[in-house]
Amino acid sequence: MPESMLQTQGLDAHYGDFQALYGVDMEVSEGEVLAIIGSNGAGKTTLMRSITGLLSNVSDQIKYHGEDISRLRADEIAVKGLAMVPEGRQLFPSLSVRENLMIGAQVGRKGPWHLDAVYKLFPILEERKDQQSTSLSGGQQQMVAIGRALMANPDLILFDEISLGLAPIIIKDIYDALPGIIGEGMSAIIVEQDISKALSVSSRVYCLQEGRVSLEGASDTVSREEISRAYFGIE
Amino acid sequence: MDWLNAIVQGTLLGGLYALFAAGLSLIFGVMRLVNIAHGDLIILAAYLGLTVTSATGLHPLLALVLVVPTMGVIGYVLQRGLLNQTLGDDLLPPLLVTFGLSVIIQNSLLEVYSADPQKMDAGALETASIAVGGFNLGVLPVLTFVVAIAVIWGLQWTFYHTALGRAFRAVSDNQDIAQLMGLNRRHIFGIAMALALGVTAIAGILLGIRTSFDPSIGGGRLIFGFEAVIIGGLGNLWGTLAGGVILGVAQTVGAKIDPGWQILSGHLAFLFILAIRPNGLFPRISA
Repeated sequence: MPESMLQTQGLDAHYGDFQALYGVDMEVSEGEVLAIIGSNGAGKTTLMRSITGLLSNVSDQIKYHGEDISRLRADEIAVKGLAMVPEGRQLFPSLSVRENLMIGAQVGRKGPWHLDAVYKLFPILEERKDQQSTSLSGGQQQMVAIGRALMANPDLILFDEISLGLAPIIIKDIYDALPGIIGEGMSAIIVEQDISKALSVSSRVYCLQEGRVSLEGASDTVSREEISRAYFGIE
Repeated sequence: MDWLNAIVQGTLLGGLYALFAAGLSLIFGVMRLVNIAHGDLIILAAYLGLTVTSATGLHPLLALVLVVPTMGVIGYVLQRGLLNQTLGDDLLPPLLVTFGLSVIIQNSLLEVYSADPQKMDAGALETASIAVGGFNLGVLPVLTFVVAIAVIWGLQWTFYHTALGRAFRAVSDNQDIAQLMGLNRRHIFGIAMALALGVTAIAGILLGIRTSFDPSIGGGRLIFGFEAVIIGGLGNLWGTLAGGVILGVAQTVGAKIDPGWQILSGHLAFLFILAIRPNGLFPRISA
């Protein structure tokens, strides 16, 4: 059993009086690709916000490389090697493509990813490097968002709904590029509504339903029936 | 020729107003904070300059070497210790807190320095002039204008060509995502305030050489700064310089018509531009 990289134990999350996560136990091992599926409002994005420190947590609920990171700020967690490709891409509109990528490198971690490596992965970004990031197409913006996260040379990268709002052909391109991105010991958590895409690239899957883990299993052995039961809560 | 002279003098005066405004513009641009205490911080810098020059006998311009970093440190501490706590979705808390700060600074200056008008002694610089094409230009106003251009160029360069400027823009765009990229917004805001008060220090010293000052005049400088920012268009530093110049020219031309109209005509020019171009003359275009 490879060493656990990220672990949540009984993770609760709240927005004011509203509780969005109830005792979520989840684990990612080194080098593993984990898929998190679930319908809208199941708590997927909340889970990402908790892990990255954008939501404040109670102590001892999130461990990263065995260290409690629950109370750290998002920027402190980022420096430890956890990067996110946020839902809806969320590029910085007043920064050029190149500057968006450079911001990712600001954490100052060493590794294989730098500007040239990202340009090699997505050549179109080099052509567009001086353009404003918001002038790009949705798919190209997603490439910038992925490149920006890679520039941090993370150990663990979170992909939040990377296929949302993109054309199927673009989604296919991005998923085809994923194995080349997640390699070299990097772990990944892929949050998706597109279940077959999520299962195809991951080794294990968690399904969330109304803030709780409703299914956990190996991606190639879970059945369609199990998933739809966990997804919709239908018996 | 007299009118042309008024316009030239007003343009130079605009440099000083642009310096008042640059710090305001920077702070608003990075963190959407409207700093009501900005004018009083300018006067605080002038008094710090006065203390340094009278204690050490340094020329006021040399006092900048001490006053600029001091104001920078005050800015960073103020931001981290107080103003960061007021920032959020609500615009009111920072307004109220900086208003309170304005009152505190004014009264502290009264306690320490009394209400007597003071002035910094810059020797020959105060009265020196050069003749250019039939105009007699004061060396100090020309110097102020050149400094204003240099400061705005420097800020602009910092914003668009350095890692710090990139961080400023990223945090201004989206604080959460910037935080995910490892940028601690509290620290970035602290640096922005330090930079803004560094510029404020320059403005304060130049003001203190040009005219006499007392603890109560901060509010007026704040208004001039605001007007220059709004005329130029929020978030555009060169626009802020243009705004300062327009304000300065309106004031000197107004004073030429009737000395009592100086301040009024500046405000009228501001209101006129606000009425025809509510976003200012050069609203922010992304560079």
